[in-house]
Amino acid sequence: MGDLAGIYARLIGARVRSQLEYRASLALQFVGMAVLTGIDFVAILVLFENVDALDGWRLEEIALLYGIATISFALSDLAVGHLDLFPQMIRDGTFDQILVRPLPSLLQVVASDFSLRRLGKALQGLAVLVFALTQLELDWTAGKVFVLVAAVIAGTVIYAAVWVALATVAFWIVDAIEFVNAFTYGGSYLSQYPITIFGRWLRGLVLFVLPLAFVAYFPALVILDRESGLALPAELGYLTSLVAAGTALVAVSAWNGAVRHYRSAGG
Amino acid sequence: MIEAHDLTRRFVVRERAGLVRRRKRVVEAVAGVDLQIAAGELVGYVGPNGAGKSTTIKMLTGILVPTSGTVRVAGLDPVRRRIELTRRIGVVFGQRSQLWWDLPLADSFDLLRHVYRVPRDQHRAQLEQFGELLELGPFLATPVRQLSLGQRMRGELVAALLHEPEVIFLDEPTIGLDVVAKAAVREFLLEVNRERGVTVLLTTHDLADIERLCRRLLIIDRGRVIWDGGLDELVERYGEERTLVVDLAESRAPLEVSGARVVRIDGPRQWLRFSRGETTAAALVGAVAAEAQLVDLSVEEPEVEEIVRRIYKEGV
Repeated sequence: MGDLAGIYARLIGARVRSQLEYRASLALQFVGMAVLTGIDFVAILVLFENVDALDGWRLEEIALLYGIATISFALSDLAVGHLDLFPQMIRDGTFDQILVRPLPSLLQVVASDFSLRRLGKALQGLAVLVFALTQLELDWTAGKVFVLVAAVIAGTVIYAAVWVALATVAFWIVDAIEFVNAFTYGGSYLSQYPITIFGRWLRGLVLFVLPLAFVAYFPALVILDRESGLALPAELGYLTSLVAAGTALVAVSAWNGAVRHYRSAGG
Repeated sequence: MIEAHDLTRRFVVRERAGLVRRRKRVVEAVAGVDLQIAAGELVGYVGPNGAGKSTTIKMLTGILVPTSGTVRVAGLDPVRRRIELTRRIGVVFGQRSQLWWDLPLADSFDLLRHVYRVPRDQHRAQLEQFGELLELGPFLATPVRQLSLGQRMRGELVAALLHEPEVIFLDEPTIGLDVVAKAAVREFLLEVNRERGVTVLLTTHDLADIERLCRRLLIIDRGRVIWDGGLDELVERYGEERTLVVDLAESRAPLEVSGARVVRIDGPRQWLRFSRGETTAAALVGAVAAEAQLVDLSVEEPEVEEIVRRIYKEGV
């Protein structure tokens, strides 16, 4: 395990070095990404020009959800967002090359890029989170601090796991990327809002299929001392790390199963 | 070192049958291939496009699981011990790169050192030796994307060999290279095979690669190995036909001489194909001279290229 972390760090380091060759371009992309994705939050501000609350959630509270969800999504995008290009790796044979190296294939695919400009979005999310935390008058406890930090880490893992699990579709249907994007990018929007505003099906999806409700919604309930508004208790907000670990396990198994399929069906 | 018995690989392809319906068809890309390659051999694997070369290589390297049959490479089953096998083999796909595109060539080698966990001293010694053989020095610090195809291919070869594999598989390593780069690749492969005893299996469309490198040739067609033997034997067995080219004083109808047939005419020049067994070049020249006024002549030996092309077309 330690070895794998070491080699991962090296491979990522190589990607970072090559991006730092073009600092000016990177800085522009970074700022561009922060501004562009900031428009999402502007949309929420506009919404609150017209309403005082969204299903009982005030602007600062929505901002908390948004901040956690956006940072998590941006970090997972940084780590695995290039799975977008994975179908290409199958098509052009790069994945075959990966299979003749002595490292897990998922590690190699994930380590094949690390797009620093995506941190621009994380920065924007962080700004909104800081805004939320300064506006909200919270009674901080050790438990809440833990939940906040765990939410960002677990959220990153959950998004990344969803991404990996969906990318395995490419082993069967190479051109399925738009289908995958609908869930990953779409999922990032879903977790920016309180899930009680969604209909039954969408709620079921983010609770039990792609557990995106655990990225921001449940942690926010704990931090804000709110009732869940669902049949499930708000205290689930303490368990996001477990949900993340479970989701990651499912994703890795799905990946390994898909690679077995690929080797026996031949792409 | 490489053993395959009754190796078979089928693919299911879906093709259009009407507007939306798809018909499933089973294609046998590799159909019962037997291979026995000893340690230290340098073997060429040729065949027309779609003959099953790449599919065979993919099964030998563990990328693809065979539909049936058995494989052993370096004593390991590539299906079940793929990761273990990766440390014992090297693979070069001529059309793809295993190097890091944006980084200097030297950085790719360094990353591979960590990927394969090669001890630092061993790595340095290897790199020094290979670097000298292939004259890598001048472009070690150049980003891979800026290398010429020939320089990059030299990099690929080194990348495949740094972890000291026992076998290397090369899928069209000379494709697209100029004459000089091709020669460098061939020399290097010969050297590695001779000095280190690395077993080499390479596919190619360039038969000059085979002539220069391989004592043994495998020809695959429609998934079956149709020739397995020495290059000399192949020429002896299928290259018995030579061609006498004669320049006559004037254009005329095809010559009619016994033991040969005219295969081509271009103005006053005619090509007569004949078999060693049936007549001799001298007898033929006499016969031609009796028929027409002879200005000049030459005898063409069969080329490997020509022989193999004929085998692709007509079978063994």
